[in-house]
Amino acid sequence: MADRALEVLAPGPLATVQDAGRHGHAALGVGASGAADAASYARANRLLANPEGAAALEVTMGGLALRARGEVWVAVTGAPCPVRVGGRGAATAEVLRLRDGEELRLGPPARGLRSYVAVRGGVDVPAVLGSRSTDVLSGLGPRPLSAGDLLPVGEPPRAFPVLDAVPEPPVGGDRLELGVVLGPRDDWFAPEAVEALLGREFEVTGRSDRVGMRLAGPALPRAVGGELPTEGMVPGSLQVPPDGEPVLFLADHPVTGGYPVIAVVRSADLPRAAQARPGTRLSFAAQPPDGP
Amino acid sequence: MRVLTCGDSGVLVEVADLGEALALQAALDEDPVPGVAETVPAARTVLLRVAPDAPGGVRAVAEAVRRLRPRPGALPQGGEVEIDVQYDGEDLGEVAEITGMTEREVVRAHTAARWTVAFGGFAPGFGYLVGDDRRLDVPRRGESRTRVPAGSVALAGGFGGVYPRSSPGGWRLLGRTDAVVWDLDRDPPGLLVPGTRVRFREV
Repeated sequence: MADRALEVLAPGPLATVQDAGRHGHAALGVGASGAADAASYARANRLLANPEGAAALEVTMGGLALRARGEVWVAVTGAPCPVRVGGRGAATAEVLRLRDGEELRLGPPARGLRSYVAVRGGVDVPAVLGSRSTDVLSGLGPRPLSAGDLLPVGEPPRAFPVLDAVPEPPVGGDRLELGVVLGPRDDWFAPEAVEALLGREFEVTGRSDRVGMRLAGPALPRAVGGELPTEGMVPGSLQVPPDGEPVLFLADHPVTGGYPVIAVVRSADLPRAAQARPGTRLSFAAQPPDGP
Repeated sequence: MRVLTCGDSGVLVEVADLGEALALQAALDEDPVPGVAETVPAARTVLLRVAPDAPGGVRAVAEAVRRLRPRPGALPQGGEVEIDVQYDGEDLGEVAEITGMTEREVVRAHTAARWTVAFGGFAPGFGYLVGDDRRLDVPRRGESRTRVPAGSVALAGGFGGVYPRSSPGGWRLLGRTDAVVWDLDRDPPGLLVPGTRVRFREV
């Protein structure tokens, strides 16, 4: 057994191991997966001077409780949630020390959806196809955390943290504007569909997970009937199935899909999109592919 | 050839049919486009995933793709595999009926044909194979099976395939193989990566 480990006392609604993703296997139907809010995940690792890509925990709506085996250093970023270390209040976006036997507890976040708990040395569970990420669609990677799991902690990096804390950009909120680039299949839709997409609001529904967020809103009528031959998809795609409720694809999205994509959310806005909890009102602003 | 963009992270190239998609993939194999992290071929498209740090981003990749001149009939690069099959599938008789051949003729056609993995999808490790014998073009079953065993060798919709693991499926089963087409402990895990040439051998 590893000298240092994190024992899961309670996972909360959903907690998974995530890293920078499982790349290079898309041609055979394996998606990238990885942290849904890649920016918050990377910030947590940077705080601890971990190498990029060290595995961390993605915690949905808080509720995670861990106990340290041996002394470990952790940092919590992303959706701002109440943090307690050994029963005392602690801050997010700061380097935190857990002594042997001490507990880390996350309450429900006031805003946003996903918090990240990185540990100095990384979560050292076995990698599958080069990644420790849990892909909830394909079932690859470790299972979602459950009480009693013991997560080994890897060797700490040589580098030491240079900052005790980093500023966190605002996460979550009732309304969110995301930049989109129209296409690749906007020509499958009637002009009023594009107008509605860019001019109206959509609500994130409860039928949302790491695969994608289902959005309720105005109808997006098609101009072209028939079926689209299955084609490759990128994260951020707004795919419109026949029932008309668009799905915004997140980290565990299928590699290919058979419904037309009316627009794609810009990569830089995906971390913020992944923090939209059910009920959030989304609006989409068209941007040119290469600007601004 | 239509070159479409998927936000700032992908270029989707649409062509007329599967033959052109294969030729395009072959051209991309021969003359890789800088800044492309990986390609996702499909029936009538190839998606180029653009690396986040690609100079010039999607625009540069789209321009480079427009300069490609795929050779008609070209096939993507790939290794060769032989797959041993026991031709005792539940649908062999039906396939014979649909194609107007005898069961033995179906087996001979399936083993004589040269197959190429065109693209993946459906499940990790599942490859859509195209062959050079149009007689083996049969439709899917009217009703899907809730469980098709792993290793089932099947045909449907102009494609051949091998089920990587037990799953629901509506393809017509010719037989089964012990070949492991998906193994997470192997690199690459998939035996039937796009471009791979496949021959089936009766055992």
